[in-house]
Amino acid sequence: MPFIPHTEADVAEMLAAIGAPDIETLFEEIPRELRTRPLDGIPDGLNEQQVMQLMYARARMDGRPLNFIGAGAYEHHIPAAVWAIVSRGEFYSAYTPYQAEASQGTLQTIYEYQSMITALTGTEVANASVYDGATAVAEACLMAVRANRKSTAARVLLPRALNPHYRAVTRASTGGQGLKLEEIPYGRERGQTAVDALAAYADQDVTALVIQQPNFFGVLEDVDALTDWAHARGALVIAAVNPTSLAVLKPPGQWGQRGADIVVGEGQPLGCPLSSGGPYFGFMATRMEYVRQMPGRIVGRTVDLDGRPGFTLTLQAREQHIRRGKATSNICTNQGLLMIAGTIYLALMGAEGLERVANACMARTAELVAALARLPGVHSAFSGARFHEAVLLLDRPVAPVLAALAARGIEGGFDLTVDYPELGPALLVCATEARSAADITAYAAAMGEVLKSVRVA
Amino acid sequence: MSNVPADLKYARSHEWLREHADGTVEIGISDHAQHALGDLVFVEVPAVGRTLQQGEAFAVVESVKAASDVYAPVAGTVVAVNEALAKTPELINQDAYGAGWIMRLMPSAALAAAGLLNADTYATLADAG
Repeated sequence: MPFIPHTEADVAEMLAAIGAPDIETLFEEIPRELRTRPLDGIPDGLNEQQVMQLMYARARMDGRPLNFIGAGAYEHHIPAAVWAIVSRGEFYSAYTPYQAEASQGTLQTIYEYQSMITALTGTEVANASVYDGATAVAEACLMAVRANRKSTAARVLLPRALNPHYRAVTRASTGGQGLKLEEIPYGRERGQTAVDALAAYADQDVTALVIQQPNFFGVLEDVDALTDWAHARGALVIAAVNPTSLAVLKPPGQWGQRGADIVVGEGQPLGCPLSSGGPYFGFMATRMEYVRQMPGRIVGRTVDLDGRPGFTLTLQAREQHIRRGKATSNICTNQGLLMIAGTIYLALMGAEGLERVANACMARTAELVAALARLPGVHSAFSGARFHEAVLLLDRPVAPVLAALAARGIEGGFDLTVDYPELGPALLVCATEARSAADITAYAAAMGEVLKSVRVA
Repeated sequence: MSNVPADLKYARSHEWLREHADGTVEIGISDHAQHALGDLVFVEVPAVGRTLQQGEAFAVVESVKAASDVYAPVAGTVVAVNEALAKTPELINQDAYGAGWIMRLMPSAALAAAGLLNADTYATLADAG
């Protein structure tokens, strides 16, 4: 059955009514060179049965490897109630509310979500979510340029220790808008972005500094010193944080003397499965002072004509459907379903549950690093305090080691060789609360065998 | 019939100008414009010292139903802005030609060449649409 409601007769009738010979004529004013062409390398469509056969065949190739990869997406235990509730028909529909005020339940859920995010990050106002952590960082950079009216340079400092995917997305999203993104190095001993490294910018117009906590290496940054350095020079501070870690770390709203100005992060650790990289959701929060520069949707609590409480989309004049080309962002949506999963996850865990998860992650990673660094040819790269990830330096190339581990059913970590060649053979490992002591023992034993068999280059 | 004071000059884009003895001009939006926008909830004013071209957007007025740019009726440099609008944007609704002023500008060219309207002409334009 075709899903296009117009029959050939309908189309012919409409074309006759406007006097056009065919549909192609309607597009004549678009120059040839701007038209899309058929895509290379994309095969013809398959029917439902063929698609199911293909997908079952691929699913059979999936293993259930023991996972020690973090690098921005984390395997946590997700209580069964989370997706049982998300999958209810009332939630399992539109990604952002249309006919918004008729969807009071959805709006209330978003309002609860925004309240939880502000509580977790120590900020005043949060939006209804954006696509993912990387887009949230890119949007925060654009927002900082709008919000920091004392700065005219549009210069944003990105630490090299910031997730390389976030840096790549930020470059792609902001390059066309003339932002100057400059890289701040990290100290090789501690793996931290050093305040000393900022000295070159002491007398320059800096619009914003991005601080990732913990950074991509899992190392905790000196967020107070970095925040105060930025504020002393009129720069805004963009905090990119792991939400699980906020159960045990200082909320960004309390960093330094004045706190971070914009707080963003990847929401995936809150109830979203890894799913080969997405969909996830990004969270974003700020001070009330900058709320009109924040992209995305915001739900507010209000009262109706009879004084009864209700929820509504608010501050929509920032958004694309009202401000057109002058909107704060082309993001006029939110990542509804995943955000709801995050809200239910946080509600189920509570402050205490999230703190237990965070502490278990830290303990498991410490055990993992101790077990692996005991092996000859493996040692820990950085001395800085860490959350739930660590960089290990190997005495031989990483890729063959990971391949040999994978053959033993273990995903041993994220190979840093491409993104950080200066480290030499380096492996980023992660153990969350989802890994048991036995899992860690199994990994260390497998690594020991692999290192005996994979030759030193 | 809108309130259009006879001693001011106007732009087609609904801004008013008041000339001062020191050569600066005070600029705001007309009573007709504030009425069309409805209750204002936010006004974004320009930075003092900013140089504006004629026709350049220098402020944003946001009401419960729309957000609109305000355009410079003449070229010049911003010498003062109405900081009170940050906390009380409704001053524009209450007193568009007085407490609701938006900025003072030092024009960089003669006003006579800017194509401004007198009160009668603007009143006709405002009433028409």
